Amino acid sequence: MTTIQADLTYYRQVNEAVRAVSDSEITVENVLGQRYLGCGSSGKKITIHGTPGNGLGQYLNGSTIEVFGNAQEAVGDTMNDGDIIIHGSVGDACGYGMRGGRIFIEGDCGYRGGIHMKAYQDHFPAVIIGGTAGSFLGEYQAGGLILVLGAGADGAYPVSNFCGTGMHGGKIVLKCDEAPAGLPRQVLVNEASPADLAAIAPYIDDFCRFFGGDAAALKAGRYFVLSPNPEAGYQQLYTYES
Amino acid sequence: MAIDFLYPQYEVVRNYDRCISCRACERQCANEVHFYDPEFQKMMVDESKCVNCHRCVSLCPTRALKIVKTDHTFKENANWTGKAISEVYRQAGSGGVLLSSMGNPEPYPIYWDKMLINASQVTNPSIDPLREPMETKTFLGKKPGRIERDADGRLVPNLAPQLELNVPVMFSAMSYGSISYNAHESLARAACELGTYYNTGEGGLHQDFYQYGPHTIVQVASGRFGVHKDYLEAGAAIEIKMGQGAKPGIGGHLPGHKVGPDISKTRMIPEGTDAISPAPHHDIYSIEDLRQLVFSLKEATEYKKPVMVKIAAVHNVAAIASGVARSGADVICIDGYRGGTGAAPTRIRDNVGIPIELALASVDQRLRDEGIRDQVSVVVGGSIRNSADLLKAIALGADACYIATSALLALGCHLCRSCQAGKCNWGIATQRPELVKRLNPDIGYKRLVNLVTAWDHELKEMMGGMGINSIEALRGNRLMLRGLGLNEKELQILGIKHAGE
Repeated sequence: MTTIQADLTYYRQVNEAVRAVSDSEITVENVLGQRYLGCGSSGKKITIHGTPGNGLGQYLNGSTIEVFGNAQEAVGDTMNDGDIIIHGSVGDACGYGMRGGRIFIEGDCGYRGGIHMKAYQDHFPAVIIGGTAGSFLGEYQAGGLILVLGAGADGAYPVSNFCGTGMHGGKIVLKCDEAPAGLPRQVLVNEASPADLAAIAPYIDDFCRFFGGDAAALKAGRYFVLSPNPEAGYQQLYTYES
Repeated sequence: MAIDFLYPQYEVVRNYDRCISCRACERQCANEVHFYDPEFQKMMVDESKCVNCHRCVSLCPTRALKIVKTDHTFKENANWTGKAISEVYRQAGSGGVLLSSMGNPEPYPIYWDKMLINASQVTNPSIDPLREPMETKTFLGKKPGRIERDADGRLVPNLAPQLELNVPVMFSAMSYGSISYNAHESLARAACELGTYYNTGEGGLHQDFYQYGPHTIVQVASGRFGVHKDYLEAGAAIEIKMGQGAKPGIGGHLPGHKVGPDISKTRMIPEGTDAISPAPHHDIYSIEDLRQLVFSLKEATEYKKPVMVKIAAVHNVAAIASGVARSGADVICIDGYRGGTGAAPTRIRDNVGIPIELALASVDQRLRDEGIRDQVSVVVGGSIRNSADLLKAIALGADACYIATSALLALGCHLCRSCQAGKCNWGIATQRPELVKRLNPDIGYKRLVNLVTAWDHELKEMMGGMGINSIEALRGNRLMLRGLGLNEKELQILGIKHAGE
């Protein structure tokens, strides 16, 4: 294992140092907002202490990144594969356009989480948020899973406004006491079926493995599934010039 | 009660003295215009389905067919034209947004045609490109502002990554999905042979085409389709698509029925699902955010590739380009309002954006005024129709041009503007295998090579005539242009004098 001290070094040099490490396990300490850590990497286990800057694990291609601290904007943007585990909260635009891999967030997720997530063949992206999420969660979602466990929401709807606008694939699963109301018309809301609960169980198990907590207790309680409304798609919107 | 009847725009005229009922027209027409009536033993037509693509006309062995614009007319009205009336009927009947394809066809001024090129007489003799070297090679990318030396006086290589173009023409972005596999193969092979680049568009890169990577620009758009590490590695450069001239401010939508097995693999989305590119990148709300995406791509590719940013020519294009230049982009691509598209809302295509000539002139001037012109190369497109447009663009300040409509014409496109239907009889804007195979990439790529080679010859001829022997001496050389029939303001924006001045 190799350890790198980030301190006040500029991100470009820190990333060069990380790329130059041949060990598969790398620890970066005292990170002070350096951007793009682990960007596009594969086959590494990168442990970060401190606060990584924007674009953590962007285009990630199979590495595991574990952050002991909060992360900033665009975590796992356009990520293809791998795991990002955040012992803290993340900023805006987390998991944008993500195609595969998993992002586990112990705390809260900022605005625009999981926009345009998509699944493909064996790629199935998942964003698991322990706390609550800001507005525009899962807009234009085309595939994959966004799971919001709602810690700190006391059973209330754990997302701000405009959740799932333009959604046309995938699922958003929310833990809350009552079915959320006032969602965009592209979104259907149903109480989670046993099959839905079985599908999210492994993610909850891993969540508790990473962050502690009682998986059985987390699985108890009501979950609601948001899925695209086939009636409200983009069809029949057009007429053509002949 | 209103009746939604619209008389067909085009009539199929068949000369029955020549028609031998071979039914070639019937087989060739994916729109099912032609059919054989066994009772009357002759070919019949349903011209309401005709898009005027000339496939039947071109392949009729006895030249029995022609397509004419109908003389059926509404009562003449300069304001309420037949087109305006028909569109109201169509929307009243359907409630739909009018959708159309290819570039803005409306009769706005074409500034290329109002600029004339200079030539030498007597002094500064013209150069004959046949007997003297003439340089049309160009490099795109950031140019270092100064020479750096180390403590021992040795040169420090500080050149940012560059794209080397043998001709100042590239093929602009058209996604696999909007155009066919064979069209993409033709463009890719032509780019290799010409020593230039084609652009994947936002639909990802087909596995078969990774071999053309050194001549490929890979695009990253808001949908991030097919964007992953190998894709970014594969290209010679990466282009971030912020906008498109045909539909500034509007995203893309490839309907699910066009997402077949191959497109699905290339875009990395499930078969049959809609591929929606939202209008904005939701991780870009500012120049700082754009800079973040630019540098994330540079990090992902270890600073080995130029990053380009494509924007549509809109009202504040000069200020936007200045921001883009400061975002760390190596190349700015500006797409004019006549740029093509596989599908765009008609009102946007025909009313949003500005001419590329004016956009280019103001961007080049603005970047010069701010002393940052060398930090970026400028590439323009939408629409460059011939080598004279190309030369004028370079003289206005472009480093190179993007062509797409001209390239599709070279492949057989007849500009019927029906791409959105997916039934392109020329095998270009379609995914139907029986239509795609009509475009033979072995012939297609040669036609593209022919076109660009011919333009390159013409460019050299015109440059020689001006006594200029390299692109560098032509770039931004606005003294080589004069306006004709332009007003003072237009001349001022274009930065040129009027003919006779």
